[in-house]
Amino acid sequence: MNVLIKHATIVNASGEAPVVQDIFIEEGKITGIGPSIKRDGVREIDAAGKKVIPGLIDLHVHLREPGREDKETIETGSRAAVKGGFTTIFCMPNTAPAIDTAQVVQYILDQAKKVGLVNVYPVGAITKGREGREITEMMDLRRAGCLGVSDDGRSLMNAGLMRRALEYAKMAGLLVMQHCEDDHLSAKGVMNEGALSTLLGLKGDPLIAETVIIARDIEIARYLGTRVHFMHISAARSVELIRRAKAEGVLVSCEATPHHFTLTEDAVKSFDTSTKVNPPLRSQTDVQAIKAGLKDGTIDCIVTDHAPHTHEDKEVEYDGAPPGLIGLETAFALAIKELVAGGILTLPQLIEKMSAGPARIMGFLNKGEILVGKDADIAIVDMDREWKVTKEDMVSKSKNSPFMGWTLKGRVMATICGGKVVYTDRCGNDRQ
Amino acid sequence: MNKWKHKHLLDLQETTRDDIELILETARSFKEVSSREVKKVPALRGKTVAMLFAEPSTRTRVSFELAAKRLSADTLAIQGATSSLVKGETLLDTALNVEAMNVDLVVVRHSASGAPQLLANGTKMSVINAGDGCRAHPTQALLDIFTIKEKLGRTDGVRVAIIGDIMHSRVARSNIAGLIKMGAQVVVCGPSTLLPVGIEQMGVESTTDINKALKGADVVMALRMQKERQQDSFLPSIVEYVREFCITPERLRIASPKALVMHPGPTNRGIEIAAEVADGPQSVILEQVTNGIAVRMAVLYLLLGRKSK
Repeated sequence: MNVLIKHATIVNASGEAPVVQDIFIEEGKITGIGPSIKRDGVREIDAAGKKVIPGLIDLHVHLREPGREDKETIETGSRAAVKGGFTTIFCMPNTAPAIDTAQVVQYILDQAKKVGLVNVYPVGAITKGREGREITEMMDLRRAGCLGVSDDGRSLMNAGLMRRALEYAKMAGLLVMQHCEDDHLSAKGVMNEGALSTLLGLKGDPLIAETVIIARDIEIARYLGTRVHFMHISAARSVELIRRAKAEGVLVSCEATPHHFTLTEDAVKSFDTSTKVNPPLRSQTDVQAIKAGLKDGTIDCIVTDHAPHTHEDKEVEYDGAPPGLIGLETAFALAIKELVAGGILTLPQLIEKMSAGPARIMGFLNKGEILVGKDADIAIVDMDREWKVTKEDMVSKSKNSPFMGWTLKGRVMATICGGKVVYTDRCGNDRQ
Repeated sequence: MNKWKHKHLLDLQETTRDDIELILETARSFKEVSSREVKKVPALRGKTVAMLFAEPSTRTRVSFELAAKRLSADTLAIQGATSSLVKGETLLDTALNVEAMNVDLVVVRHSASGAPQLLANGTKMSVINAGDGCRAHPTQALLDIFTIKEKLGRTDGVRVAIIGDIMHSRVARSNIAGLIKMGAQVVVCGPSTLLPVGIEQMGVESTTDINKALKGADVVMALRMQKERQQDSFLPSIVEYVREFCITPERLRIASPKALVMHPGPTNRGIEIAAEVADGPQSVILEQVTNGIAVRMAVLYLLLGRKSK
């Protein structure tokens, strides 16, 4: 069924439309935007008083399927995504088996199509089995539908291999997404290294574990003239290195997560394992630098690094808990809180970071903007609605969120993906 | 003097000077019990104390067990509780099973920092931390403070030098937290690789110069140096460590003339401390062990004894 969004205040990265308009959606595309569009036999959604934004795009999600369906599945992850306003998500290859062949890519695409809620793009592994030894068949991965490759969870520690991967991925037309962590330096650390890790007696993971890889890869990318994307950067010094590289014309892009601009290492004092994440939560200085990097364009996009883990896996000693937290359902509201209400970004600038920016990084020509002719990937958000983060409200299969119990403002009321209404908030009143 | 109002003893960060003074005062009265012919008082009759030791320990476990028994509590030991890093029952599950047997208090030793917190949050029992990872060992610090006060008559202005592997030492962390609250001056000293980042922010002086650390020290506390530190590239060799940091009779002369020599045990004689020093007239190492029972009796009594009133 075709969809007509009535009374839409459209907000694109380029700005907020000055007048309320209607949006008509046919066959998965936006075909009309204008005042008082009338159509019969369509599903109407009243967006009066809400903002209508391009569907959010998340370059960094863990869907856990295949292999750890007890933590999340493509279906439950898709549900969490659309509830958070996301219409396109990239799932990381640290599955079992890893996404290192076209067959696994195809499996995920088939499952995602069956679920039919959200555009899922599998990110292929850079190396076979993510073992850091031999590069994957990237041409085949690209043909199967990958747009990027990553060994997420691990850095490519071998600089020579990183060079070859960048060269080969360029030929394949794949974005190399680097998890930045020198594992000799992080040395099994479980939180940010500093006075607090000393006080808590927890093993520190120093920020230099991140920055040395970034500095190294900037040099390799500059030498080769290839593009590299740095994932989930967390340290002030990382922002500085990337800012300088961009100023010098090196082809780098990077992402940051809501937890790294919302929380500091102080959250670890509780020993709550939902605060254990890789890279770790850092200091107030780092949080400020991430925000500054988002503001001045050094950081291109916001990603969730949605990393579901079961209660059983997380309800253990801090040292023994797997790193990661879920983020799809809280990302937008946290960004509103910390960045928009916090005076760092305007709403259009936030849409740049969560939709238009990631679309550009991945080369989507028809996503990231509400415009006639573009894909009908849209979220309708109530900027004023307050809601409480609770286990009951979460649709992700896992509940490992350090934001549990927080009251947030700004809630997705409906999500449209490919012209299909894939989510409506149960407390919303979208149907006229 | 303030009343005791804590349910758990997890570390000394959250205790006040008044809390510590109350424990010391209570311990002084219990110390006498252990020197009687009949070493038992009925203070905790009917209470059950479980020892959940997921990391090897002899003296701490035995000390707690004697402390509980001298207060007439029933004790049970849960041995070989595994960490979640090993397959099997989780720590919390073990503790919930213990709780189901109507145990009032659990004494926990674990290799992971924060593990006692997990039990305090996840069960209704009182929890005493008997050492977790590198984080805290509050009763060890309390017995050290008790011993210092008993021997020197004060803690205010006392200069304490803690020497050795500060990074991996929960004893050092708890002593720093407790001693500073008690008005002492603390200097930590060891190889640069074993002085953790930001240790000064705990309010201590930090140095790699052992002569500087020992100068004017009223208490010299040596920490156990483990051989694994060599494999983890913290140290080139134990031999070099001994050369640079072992508390020898010559080095001890740099400290105050009547400086106390302390060690949390077990000692590696000839590594962090020379045998002549460990057995010498300034050593109070065995008195620390004796005082450990009184201090643990005091903690058990304060956590459990007053509830029944």
